[in-house]
Amino acid sequence: MVDPAVGARRTAPALRETPSTKVAIGGLRAWFGSKQVLSDIDLDLPALRAIAIIGPSGCGKSTLIRTVNRMHELVRGARVEGRVVVDGHDIYAPGVDAVAVRRRIGMVFQKPNPFPTMSVGGNVAAGLRLNGVRDRAVLDAAVEKALRQAALWDEVKDGLDQPGVALSGGQQQRLCIARALAVGPEVLLLDEPCSALDPIATSKIEDLITELKERLTIIMVTHNMQQAARVADYTAFLYLGKLIEFDRTRRIFETPTQELTEKYVTGRFG
Amino acid sequence: MDGPTPIFPTDAPPPSGGPLGSSAQEGSPRKGLRGLLLRALRGRRLGDLVFVNLTRSAAVVVVGLVVGIVASLMISGKPAFEAIGSGFLGPEWLPGGQPPRYGALPLVWGTLVTAGLALLLGVPVAFGIAIVLSELAPPVVRTPLSIVIELLAAIPSVVYGLWGIFILAPFLRDSVYPGLQATWGWTGLFGGAASGYSVLTAAILLAIMIIPTVSAISREVLRAVPVAQREAALALGATPWEVVRMAVLPYGRSGLFGASVLGLARAIGETMAVTMVIGNRNAFFSSLLQPANTIPSVLANEVFEASGTHLSALFALGIILFLVALTINIFAQLLLLRLRRRGAHA
Ligand SMILES: Nc1ncnc2c1ncn2[C@@H]1O[C@H](COP(=O)(O)OP(=O)(O)OP(=O)(O)O)[C@@H](O)[C@H]1O
Ligand SMILES: [Mg+2]
Repeated sequence: MVDPAVGARRTAPALRETPSTKVAIGGLRAWFGSKQVLSDIDLDLPALRAIAIIGPSGCGKSTLIRTVNRMHELVRGARVEGRVVVDGHDIYAPGVDAVAVRRRIGMVFQKPNPFPTMSVGGNVAAGLRLNGVRDRAVLDAAVEKALRQAALWDEVKDGLDQPGVALSGGQQQRLCIARALAVGPEVLLLDEPCSALDPIATSKIEDLITELKERLTIIMVTHNMQQAARVADYTAFLYLGKLIEFDRTRRIFETPTQELTEKYVTGRFG
Repeated sequence: MDGPTPIFPTDAPPPSGGPLGSSAQEGSPRKGLRGLLLRALRGRRLGDLVFVNLTRSAAVVVVGLVVGIVASLMISGKPAFEAIGSGFLGPEWLPGGQPPRYGALPLVWGTLVTAGLALLLGVPVAFGIAIVLSELAPPVVRTPLSIVIELLAAIPSVVYGLWGIFILAPFLRDSVYPGLQATWGWTGLFGGAASGYSVLTAAILLAIMIIPTVSAISREVLRAVPVAQREAALALGATPWEVVRMAVLPYGRSGLFGASVLGLARAIGETMAVTMVIGNRNAFFSSLLQPANTIPSVLANEVFEASGTHLSALFALGIILFLVALTINIFAQLLLLRLRRRGAHA
């Protein structure tokens, strides 16, 4: 008898060659008030890959990923036009509930932001509680699973009831990743997740991203070229709100087609 | 050593070695520049000195004022404590009686119950207003609503009292209390003939009076909750109300607690409006619809016709009120400490 898992594994390499699109961004424009910060972005992001978004400060990287979970529109005066299609469904279609979108697309921010009055376990369970999960056993199991996925379990398993803010910065950031993972998102958005961390904590998060992309699609903003080169399968280069180039990371770094991209990745930027 | 150590030694560069310090040391050729920098530094030192001493003396003045007030209260109240002694623990305050009675407990009771009840009624409403103002209301309504609330805080309490006498008390007597007696009479809390001038009326009026203060402070507390906290909840798929419940209120809880304590302080000390609607009866009450008195209202009522032991007893009442407020404050601080320690945020 053929083990179905083995069969699945055998087809996996083929899938790896031509990944299906998870998030398709089309004609996307975004504004803060009257100031346009993204113009006509078209971007097909493959499933189960890590995608890095790079570009100089202020070019719209954060804005771009915040349009993917409908966080951008929460800023007063902010506006979005265009499509962001996740699994074939436009999240900006009329009638789509932004709250429901955010429950499927997780986000981790630049500075770790655990809830200060909640314990480690409470932080991780917060999203599940929002979804109405009350069963203690279910919550405990989910907390452990998420903490394991975030490579934090061994460090905190004896202190789950300690305040989440009592952890180190790097642990806090992994706690925030665990909190996002606990609700089982299909896409995880990371906005410079390592910029407040030291090199060791950073490399832990990078390893984590490499593991996580087996299970979900990761879109990560980073200012760190080496980081993009290390963890991202694909890289998008943004400049002044425009998508300049999107390709496999290796091509972006070794044989970019645009002069701007080359200047940026080699650090010879104006 | 004699005299206080200066913050910076007068002729050494400041401890932060920065560009200022190094160029100031660089020697004679740049005398002009160096002189300028040194003067600027001295100016800064002088500014610091003035500032430190100003704040220090302000602190001394405040402490001195409190000590002075308490001391003078003590001196004026001492004869009464000596003459009356345990008589202050009696069940009745009747300075005109034969013999005069100076039981302060009913007044303490009246003060605590009206203030506590006011807090119970007012704080939830105030928090609600603060949440609406800082989180839920569309921006266009926020500003006008905030202004209205702040205006309420500016109304003098005697005006609240007038309104209480002529509008609130009759309204409660005619339209609210009968229903209250009918449905909740069995609890025993609402017995007796309801004249409208009662503990509950005073508490409701006090609640209305503390709402502006508590909600204005609470709104500031909620506004100070970092965007990062709100976004953490939003990114998990929280609705606006869930954001409030899961991120905003917990983060701001020690500040909200502080706002309530300020409300309580106001309620305990409020005199005029309470005196006008509480009915002024100096005995224990068990029904909230009975008239009563608070320490401040007794002081306001009697201070101008008192003399001798009676006057001294009023000073003693002042001390008792001070002690009550102090005790509550200490408890509040302890609670606050515990809150802070459990949800340790910076
Ligand atoms: N809340 C806001 N209100 C108005 N303009 C904003 C706001 N946030 C960002 N912007 C502007 O939008 C543009 C894009 O900002 P965004 O934060 O997306 O840039 P970024 O690429 O993430 O930059 P960084 O690398 O510094 O994080 C910038 O020009 C910025 O000034
Ligand atoms: Mg950014």
